[in-house]
Amino acid sequence: MMSDQHKRIDAPTGTETVGHEWDGIEELNTPLPRWWLYTFYACIAFAAVYVVLYPAWPLIDRATAGTLGWSSRGELAKEMSAADAARQGTFAKIAATNIEALPASPELMQAAVAGGAAAFKVNCVQCHGAGAAGYQEFGYPNLNDNDWIWGGTLTDIEYTLTNGIRWEGADATRVNYMPAFEGVLDTGQVNAVAAHVLSLSGKAKGDAAGATLFAENCAACHGPAGAGQPAVGAPALNDAIWLYGGSQAAVTKQILGPRHGVMPAWQGRLDPVTIKMLAAYVHSRGGGQQAAPAATPANPAPTPAASDVAATTKAEDDG
Amino acid sequence: MMADANKAIDRAAPQPAQGRDWSGALGNTPAPATATGATGATGAAGAAGAADDDHDLLRTDLYTKGKTVHNKRIDGPFRRFKWLVMVVTLAIYYITPWIRWDRGTFAPDQAVLIDLAHRRFYMFDIEIWPHEFYFVAGMLIMAGIGLFIITSAVGRAWCGYACPQTVWTDLFQHIDRFFDGDRNARARLDKAPWTASKIARRGAKWAVYLTISFWTGGAWIMYFADAPTLTYDFWRGDAAPIAYATVAILTGTTFWLGGFMREQVCIYMCPWPRIQTAMLDEKSLIVTYKDWRGEQRGSVKKAAKNPDQFGDCIDCLQCVAVCPTGIDIREGQQIGCITCGLCIDACDRVMKEVGRPRGLIDYATLEQCKAEAVGAPATPAWKALLRPRIFIYFGVWGAIGAGLLFALGTRTHTDLTVSADRNPPFMLMKDGSVRNAYTLRLRNMETRPRDMEVALTGLPRGAVIWTDTVDLENAAPVQVINVPANETKLVRAYVMLPPGVAADSFSFRLTSLDEQREQDVAETTFAMPEDE
Repeated sequence: MMSDQHKRIDAPTGTETVGHEWDGIEELNTPLPRWWLYTFYACIAFAAVYVVLYPAWPLIDRATAGTLGWSSRGELAKEMSAADAARQGTFAKIAATNIEALPASPELMQAAVAGGAAAFKVNCVQCHGAGAAGYQEFGYPNLNDNDWIWGGTLTDIEYTLTNGIRWEGADATRVNYMPAFEGVLDTGQVNAVAAHVLSLSGKAKGDAAGATLFAENCAACHGPAGAGQPAVGAPALNDAIWLYGGSQAAVTKQILGPRHGVMPAWQGRLDPVTIKMLAAYVHSRGGGQQAAPAATPANPAPTPAASDVAATTKAEDDG
Repeated sequence: MMADANKAIDRAAPQPAQGRDWSGALGNTPAPATATGATGATGAAGAAGAADDDHDLLRTDLYTKGKTVHNKRIDGPFRRFKWLVMVVTLAIYYITPWIRWDRGTFAPDQAVLIDLAHRRFYMFDIEIWPHEFYFVAGMLIMAGIGLFIITSAVGRAWCGYACPQTVWTDLFQHIDRFFDGDRNARARLDKAPWTASKIARRGAKWAVYLTISFWTGGAWIMYFADAPTLTYDFWRGDAAPIAYATVAILTGTTFWLGGFMREQVCIYMCPWPRIQTAMLDEKSLIVTYKDWRGEQRGSVKKAAKNPDQFGDCIDCLQCVAVCPTGIDIREGQQIGCITCGLCIDACDRVMKEVGRPRGLIDYATLEQCKAEAVGAPATPAWKALLRPRIFIYFGVWGAIGAGLLFALGTRTHTDLTVSADRNPPFMLMKDGSVRNAYTLRLRNMETRPRDMEVALTGLPRGAVIWTDTVDLENAAPVQVINVPANETKLVRAYVMLPPGVAADSFSFRLTSLDEQREQDVAETTFAMPEDE
């Protein structure tokens, strides 16, 4: 029991005890300054106000909302739309600039490449890979090299992105078909052609029979020396880059039953500015080609030619 | 001094064997600082004890009302030193952001600037980049060890003279004196009813508090932006919201902490006095009352009547009156003592008046006091500085400082870092060449744009480099890149080897194409296809 009798002044400190005593241990009363107490009350008042204004009490599946309506999610949305708004100026500039004129203003080009890189991660990496290196086993082309089946200028890339390749939903899609030579050429002939094709890039010895067969069956699209025709999407066969592999077996397989990759047309799914930025990004991967000085009209010519050739090829194929 | 010491032994009769005798200082009543609260509580408790002792604790004063310290004006060497430190520190604080420093067109011309937006710290000729934050960390460590040196050498001198809380409190106490008069007048006015004249006085005083507080906050933000521009924007309402918020917060804290909390900050809020208690020992210089010389206290008259019974302290309480934290130094070392030395000034003045030697309250170590108490001659205070601890601290402090200066002197303003693309690691080109891609970071720490040459070393002949802005057609063994002033330029570079040659590791060599010709070399690898 505490009592006044226990209260006394502690001699060494000159301080009064509070009157407690436990086995001879006593407690000194060193009073706190009163403002300390007021600070504590102020904190309680602050907490009370805070609980009303801001999300505070946890409920089963959410928390009390708070009268200010503040939420961290809302804050994020605000910041995101502010960032979007900040980008609008650059978007408008990119939209107003002809794609071949983009590299002339490095800042705009840089912005376009950065925007394209972000869009690429969302829309393109599924097939072309995070490093844009493609997957040879599936025939997804590598976008880093300087081999372009359908042309590697900014305009060409933008066209491919916009209309796709062999994409049924787009009228102006890039389309061609290589006939299957299964049943047309016998095994020996196919091997001879394959050997000739590989010899174009120095990977095999030449084959005279193969050369003749190539001139008759393949040179129309791939060119007499196998240089390809980007205008009709005929791949070059005289280089080190192979869409479906460069071994004798892979080439033979492709001659017998060609595989035809499909790429979606992105118009309608992505806005033109994003497509333009994607084109800039792909072009910037290190293998982009310069537009020929004369060929700078708004849209390139290859479309009709490609369709023509495709139609012809198809007709031949059907026939 | 020797004679004084002997005299003291005669009359003070200390008992060294049993420790020092505090009975004279404490008397039979509690110490003055707690006397009011303690006796009040005792009285109340005494009255309550008879009636009801169950609610006893409720009547105990667990909280005390704050007491405003009205320190008396004093003049003397320590006061003058305090003035000097106050003027110098305030001048440094308010003037520094306005010093101009020409750095050319590409960098700000403010001598001291913490440019958070652009991640730069400018201090006269030194410019610190974020990757060199170790300089700032080093300076902070030096500041910390500096406080250790100061504490070991001269005790709580930081608290007493240079701490912002001390400087601003001192400033505000001078304002109190200007508006309300000296100690007694201020105490009277505190108790006086709220008449029109008191309201006017308080209003004027608080307005001056607020003005100073506002300028304190206003000066702070000048360190973070170009001072003239910010001042102009601030008054036009165009400055960043954070600038207004910072000024508002610092105005509030200066007004509250300097104007009202004052010594409460030192005693209850600040951790530094607690840390210092761990660093002080019997060899540390402290402001101390030489009880062996002062006790028993008695007036000059009493001492004249009974010579040899009284010490030098005449109990005039001048040391208490001038104390900015309101303590009684004669109670010994305590957390409230910031060692500003004003009590020394006050006591020396009184001792001179009564014709006794100065230094009854003085800077001394506890060890010296003990020695002097048993008759050793007084040691000059500076001798307390000659102790190994101070030399060790100083050595560490100096070594860090020298290391920082060396690093600062030898750093180059050109830097190259290279990271190779990992996906894809290499790229086969149409003609069978192999291309690798790298991200180069070219850092130009000069405040002017510079041309820099990027060259390949350790690659076979035929290796070429081009970049995201230089076409493949212009690929060459060496590229020259213009790096903007005060920036790190990000360059995507392509390195290509012709067909048939192989390489493993090589280096990029960056050379600044100016008279400095600074160089940096970054090693990296060249990836090749495995077969073929």
